[in-house]
Amino acid sequence: MKITDQEVLHVAGLSRLKLDEHELKRFLRELNAIVDYMDMLAQIDTAGVPETVHATMLTRALRQDIPERSQERAAALANAPSQREGKIVVPRVIE
Amino acid sequence: MFEIARLYRRFGLRPVELLEELLGTIRRDNLNAYITVDEEGALRDAQEAEQILAQGSDDVLAGIPLAIKDNICTRGIRTTCGSNILADFVPAYDATVVERLRKRGAIIIGKTNLDEFAMGSTTTTSNAGPTKNPFDETRTPGGSSGGSAAAVAADLCAGALGSDTGGSIRQPASFCGITGLKPTYGSVSRFGLVAFASSLDQIGPMAHSARETAVLFDAIKGHDPKDSTSVPGEYAPIDLNALDMHGIRIGVPQEFFAEGLSPDVERAVRFGITAYEELGARIVPIRLPHIRYGVAVYYVIATAEASSNLARYDGVRYGLRADGAKDLTDMYLQTRSQGFGAEVKRRIMLGTYVLSAGYYDAYYKKASQVRTLIARDFSEAFGQCDLIAGPTSPVTSFGLDEMMDDPLSIYLLDIYTIPANLAGLPALSIPCGFAEDGLPIGMQLMAPHFREDRLLGAGMAFQDCTRFHRVKP
Amino acid sequence: MRDYDIVIGLEVHAQLLTETKIFCGCSARAGLAPNSSTCPVCMGMPGVLPVLNSKVVEFGIRLGLATGCTIARRNVFARKNYFYPDLPKGYQITQYDRPLCERGFLEIEIAGTKKRIGITRIHMEEDAGKNIHDEHEPVSYMDFNRAGVPLLEIVSEPDIAGPDEAVAYLKELRQILMFLDICDGNMEEGSFRCDANISVKPKGVAAFGIRTELKNMNSFRNVGKALEFEVDRHIGILKAGGRVEQDTRLWDVAANRTRSMRSKEESHDYRYFPDPDLVPLEVDEAWIEEIRSSLPELPSAKRKRFQEEYGLPAYDADVLTQTKALADYFEQCSELLDSPKEISNWIMTEVLRVLNEQDIALPQLKVTPGMLTAMLTLISTGTISISMAKEVFAEMASSGRTAEDIVQSKGLRQISDEDELLGLVQGILENNPAEVKKYRQGKTQLLGFFVGQLMKATKGKANPNLANSIIKEMLES
Repeated sequence: MKITDQEVLHVAGLSRLKLDEHELKRFLRELNAIVDYMDMLAQIDTAGVPETVHATMLTRALRQDIPERSQERAAALANAPSQREGKIVVPRVIE
Repeated sequence: MFEIARLYRRFGLRPVELLEELLGTIRRDNLNAYITVDEEGALRDAQEAEQILAQGSDDVLAGIPLAIKDNICTRGIRTTCGSNILADFVPAYDATVVERLRKRGAIIIGKTNLDEFAMGSTTTTSNAGPTKNPFDETRTPGGSSGGSAAAVAADLCAGALGSDTGGSIRQPASFCGITGLKPTYGSVSRFGLVAFASSLDQIGPMAHSARETAVLFDAIKGHDPKDSTSVPGEYAPIDLNALDMHGIRIGVPQEFFAEGLSPDVERAVRFGITAYEELGARIVPIRLPHIRYGVAVYYVIATAEASSNLARYDGVRYGLRADGAKDLTDMYLQTRSQGFGAEVKRRIMLGTYVLSAGYYDAYYKKASQVRTLIARDFSEAFGQCDLIAGPTSPVTSFGLDEMMDDPLSIYLLDIYTIPANLAGLPALSIPCGFAEDGLPIGMQLMAPHFREDRLLGAGMAFQDCTRFHRVKP
Repeated sequence: MRDYDIVIGLEVHAQLLTETKIFCGCSARAGLAPNSSTCPVCMGMPGVLPVLNSKVVEFGIRLGLATGCTIARRNVFARKNYFYPDLPKGYQITQYDRPLCERGFLEIEIAGTKKRIGITRIHMEEDAGKNIHDEHEPVSYMDFNRAGVPLLEIVSEPDIAGPDEAVAYLKELRQILMFLDICDGNMEEGSFRCDANISVKPKGVAAFGIRTELKNMNSFRNVGKALEFEVDRHIGILKAGGRVEQDTRLWDVAANRTRSMRSKEESHDYRYFPDPDLVPLEVDEAWIEEIRSSLPELPSAKRKRFQEEYGLPAYDADVLTQTKALADYFEQCSELLDSPKEISNWIMTEVLRVLNEQDIALPQLKVTPGMLTAMLTLISTGTISISMAKEVFAEMASSGRTAEDIVQSKGLRQISDEDELLGLVQGILENNPAEVKKYRQGKTQLLGFFVGQLMKATKGKANPNLANSIIKEMLES
């Protein structure tokens, strides 16, 4: 197996996902199968081939520096799970 | 759609009457095509449409009831993406496509079911439960736009919008016997489409016929300054007369008729190609040598982008926030673990892996280079032909209870639809036959960038001499 | 300290003075009610997309040209992925391997010696929101007004050999940003922020020492103090045979020391990749040239010109070019009155004093260049004395009235009438025969006494030059 359970846990941590024992086993198996399949890419000679990041040839999509009305604060906070005095509340951020 | 427009004008049918009957049908229906039916909003739309019609509007879309995939934002209507994490999310804005449809006087009936965040091809991973295929309720309608496809097929709307990242419009269109267009990347605004994989996602129309599909496409296409990837310029309306197929070269890639293709599908698609030949088209064998890497490339790029696009669901500003978290990190972990289903988690993890330190070059960068090679295959092919034809999916709809346990084998079913997304090309799925067991089969047509006119015109030509798209479940 | 080489590199984040945010049309101004300058785009709502503000690119190019950078013809925006509640999308849009500007420099001067500090790169990115900690409960509050405010990140080469050079570099950079009108340079409010990388190695050793990163230094003073503290700390560790630990540290103003942030966060893995929502940005020659032709004179050039063109001492040129507004004020005065040194003196003393006392910026100063030069003219024509002028200036600054007006209404005009003064002096001499006698016997320092008497009699309005010569003449005749 190419991906170890340590790596699965590392990736889960980066993704902020908590895996139980069962999920860890399952993802370990599945991710390995998929990554094995993806390894076929290694066979292709891509020396000097540019990367395609966009499916369009566009360059330069700009807007003018002209203010638009911001949303009402009520709309900004309408979907917030927790708010107080116009601000969104979260568990304390430790610095 | 054209029928409804005629009933409104010639026979005095009122949009409110039509809508009320339609809402009744939807209530009685058990396909689970809709996640949210916005009866009140639809009624308001219908009343507005009555006024538009009373003023003598000749807009085909006035009063036409449409369904919107639930990953396209609708102001004031819950937009869930089929996910727990957005179960109660109500956008304060309309997606540009929705805004454009509203301006034309269309009625937005509600939001259709999908695989969670459009990640899947079965419409089974939604938190709203699976959608059933109208042709056989024990089977999947395909996905991820399975709700839209089923709703169109079962006449629970007159047309629908879906989104297509690796086949999510075309494959369910094929499974449900309808027409679905994945437009050229950049021709339809993505503003308001909840992103799965930004460089591949494209909103597109689904309807019974290519002609109706063209009307919807005309309504939603065009430059949008809110989307940097939207291509500026004039977008001419699609000619609703069928394309004269004489002299049109249809490329048939041998890679599209490879191992794993069901005999039923092969037979029906070969029939479709022959039909075009009889209409005057010239069949040209072509090669797309890098297509075989499409699935691998796609699952690297799509998951990489998805892992980043889905980072915003963190429980801070909207959506689910898990209760009882002991600190911030715990809140993130619990919220995201409870909020996302297994397939979404799998793709987030895979995407995080291919971008992470030490793997970026081997996977993300490599895949982006092979993507270039795939796009080049198409450029070369379109030097020899005007359209490319092949199957939409290697299989027909399969049973909801025979879901494959192995995600990779489901991914591999996207093999024919993925290349158009990687290359940004427009592609259309049209019904071209039925399997032995009566399930619909779709044929896929692809065209060069921005040649939806050719694609839809060819679709009309096919449908003017066949009846597959008229067969109701 | 002379046994060690200090190696410092600085990363500056400058908030840009655009009207709107970098990727949406919300106001980029600070000080609005929490979350009132937000929209679905800068709140990272589902389905929204960024569109780049052209002004941000223009400002970036301005700074790049002003610092001798090469401007990239093709720019790519990247996503830097990490979770933090003030980061709405779960990633920051920034530039990674294709920054806007590269390979520039700026020049600093330490004790008369000039030195070039290399600029590695300047790139565009978005700011995050603000989090505010609750003092009583274990919660934080999020305000997203700042989320999406445009930043330029300016990364220096590790060319900086000490805290004094670091401060000089920052001052010069800040001044350039302000002259270019692209950043207000306010360190306290965070529109000009600085992080430092610092390492120390024994002199002559080629390999760099282990470095620490310093954050939270919100004034030049703190930058200097924090770097000095860190230099001493590194050297102390090395001298004791220890090993500096790679670390991110905060400057603790209250404790006057740096302390480790001890972040438990897993090793940084930002998974940068090109942002598929933003197309590459191509910058053509015409655009660069257009921006180049509109560049204002930079502080270093202005300093040089003030010395050459106006014959000002280096010190005056330094002070007058602190801000563009002050330099402009000086030049406007100089256009009206050809007396640069005198104007400079008044600006460096009275003008700056009033700005400080009233805590205002130049545009709010009630004394216009025309008013200042008119007052200087009243001095040179002998209408008022220098000490009167100081009173007049203070009055102009508080009321906005002209010098002429103040002189009239307060009766501040000097007595320059010879006959009037003659009569007064006559009386004084008569009333003080003893002092007159002593003076005439050679005690000439008594001149001051008589002048004083005259000033007393005129309530200080006697033209001092005239008073002197009349008294002298009468005593000596």
